[in-house]
Amino acid sequence: MSKRLFVKGNEAVAMGAIAAGCRYYFGYPITPQSDIPEYMSRELPRLGGVFIQAESEIASINMLLGASASGARGMTSSSSPGISLKQEGLSYMAGSELPGLIVNICRSGPGLGGIDASQGDYFQSVKGGGHGGYHLIVLAPHSVQEMYDLTILGFDLSDRYRVPAMLLGDSVIGQMKEALVPHPYVAPELPAKDWAVTGKGGRSDQKIVKSLFLGDGELEAHNWRLHDKYRLLKENEVRYEGVELDDAELTVTAFGSAARIAKTAIAMARREGLKVGLLRPITLFPFPEKAFAAATARCKRVLCIELNAGQMVEDVRLSVTRDADVYFYGRPPGAGSLPTPEELLEQIRKHYKD
Amino acid sequence: MEKVFGHPVSLKNVQTHFCPGCQHGTIHRLVAEAIDHFGVQQRTIGVASVGCSVFLYGYFDIDVVEAPHGRAPAVATGVKRVHQDRIVFTYQGDGDLAAIGTSEIIHAANRGEKMTVIFVNNTTYGMTGGQMAPTTLPGQKTVTSPYGRDVGIDGYPIRMAELLSVLEGTAYVARVAVNSPKNLLQAGKVIRRAFEYQVENRGFSFVEVLSACPTNWGMNPLKANERVESEMIPYFHLGTFKDIAG
Ligand SMILES: Cc1ncc(C[n+]2csc(CCOP(=O)(O)OP(=O)(O)O)c2C)c(N)n1
Ligand code: SF4
Repeated sequence: MSKRLFVKGNEAVAMGAIAAGCRYYFGYPITPQSDIPEYMSRELPRLGGVFIQAESEIASINMLLGASASGARGMTSSSSPGISLKQEGLSYMAGSELPGLIVNICRSGPGLGGIDASQGDYFQSVKGGGHGGYHLIVLAPHSVQEMYDLTILGFDLSDRYRVPAMLLGDSVIGQMKEALVPHPYVAPELPAKDWAVTGKGGRSDQKIVKSLFLGDGELEAHNWRLHDKYRLLKENEVRYEGVELDDAELTVTAFGSAARIAKTAIAMARREGLKVGLLRPITLFPFPEKAFAAATARCKRVLCIELNAGQMVEDVRLSVTRDADVYFYGRPPGAGSLPTPEELLEQIRKHYKD
Repeated sequence: MEKVFGHPVSLKNVQTHFCPGCQHGTIHRLVAEAIDHFGVQQRTIGVASVGCSVFLYGYFDIDVVEAPHGRAPAVATGVKRVHQDRIVFTYQGDGDLAAIGTSEIIHAANRGEKMTVIFVNNTTYGMTGGQMAPTTLPGQKTVTSPYGRDVGIDGYPIRMAELLSVLEGTAYVARVAVNSPKNLLQAGKVIRRAFEYQVENRGFSFVEVLSACPTNWGMNPLKANERVESEMIPYFHLGTFKDIAG
């Protein structure tokens, strides 16, 4: 049986990546995620892996592109401004159908902003971010255990679909310490990386990794193929947590650290006799559209809570039944701007009947 | 009878898309000859950049990864770190390497990545229609320096070979031209030597090749070749700027 450890969220990401067999890490320091490169720089060399502190986030995502095109399991991590710099590379990786894990331990923006917890990068993460119309697989952990588990899942999903995966956390989840049981990794059956460049090695065909498609109709066909994969992800890979939804009169929804606070507020509301449940998306892309439709077939009220001024709420509105009411409560980041459970309880009371 | 001349094995026998008189094709051939010379076609991986040379995979019969504009040295770093026993090279234009990708080239060179970089300097952005490049010569007219490059406004042409040669991480840095039979022969030797550095796992090698872009210079191929001699070589001196083997 695995031991229970007491570790930081960021360390759990690094541990999960190593457990999943990731041996290539490329990154550039930025708070609040630097524990990840620090951990990797310590551990990877003794495992025969490669750690490179790149000259920029742009270089590090492109090193990942090269390593991934070579058939390796690799990752990069950063925080919001650094993730903005990676968008060019992400678009190229998406276009070249390259797997890889990108960790975003968000901080507040726009611009240099601050280092406190934020969910201001939701749009950037789930709507493409870079140019050209693509999606990443986006996973949103809300505990240290999930930082570990979803890191592993991110690698596996990314390899299976050849779609880059993003782990979207924030400074609260990244910096807090709690119990982690590091389950040993059981590698699922994954398609062979027979598309990777290795040098021809006697092969008669050439391996080409590219995103340029100039032939008549070639690019449209390529785009339809990508979008077909996004459809498959929506059908097969949606993950969410439902808490006390069966008798709920109000469905609260939140992801990541906001969901942690919401859980406390919901427990308080239940003690008051209010029938409140939680629908917590774990995959932000693919978004749990059907789960929202099902939840609102019975309960017509949804309260969406986010650490921003309203982003996921748009996807919630698109997913609920036509006659459902969607309310929003959010706090864009600023020092000390995390909502308290009492603050959320007040919102729950307000929208429970109103 | 001994065969002394033939089509390189690493180069596909297809027609290229390059303009008449463009020297990308010639440089492709020299690179392919070097790969053949060392018999490493089966373990070579090319990294294509953005620019007129983007179709590297269409002409070389080797595995190829395409990099975003300027990022080829970073992509090649990832490839080489995974495949340490393969021969990895980038092929980049002057807009690609000396403008948008300056950071990537300087740092890959400085890390001493064991790769070979072929840098094609034609003093302009070919593919996008002849705009000013970081290598555009003083007074040279381009579509974005219609009055001629004014160094007071636009700065000076960058001599990348000299710049990189001062970095500890570089092992071999040279500049060649392909505008005359003599220069062409020398270019072939230098490119081969750059690959030899990698075959022997000695470090980062870099060859800047002065090249003509007749289309965007508004010249016929012969005139363009003359311009390489009379205008480019006097500014971008040919020679070896660093060779750690001496
Ligand atoms: C991020 C980005 N910016 C701009 C471009 C447009 N672009 C394509 S090729 C090129 C210049 C290429 O010039 P050079 O590297 O000198 O190669 P050449 O075409 O002369 O061989 C530019 C600016 C691009 N593809 N991507
Ligand atoms: S535009 Fe210039 S560099 Fe490009 S193919 Fe034509 S001659 Fe060559």
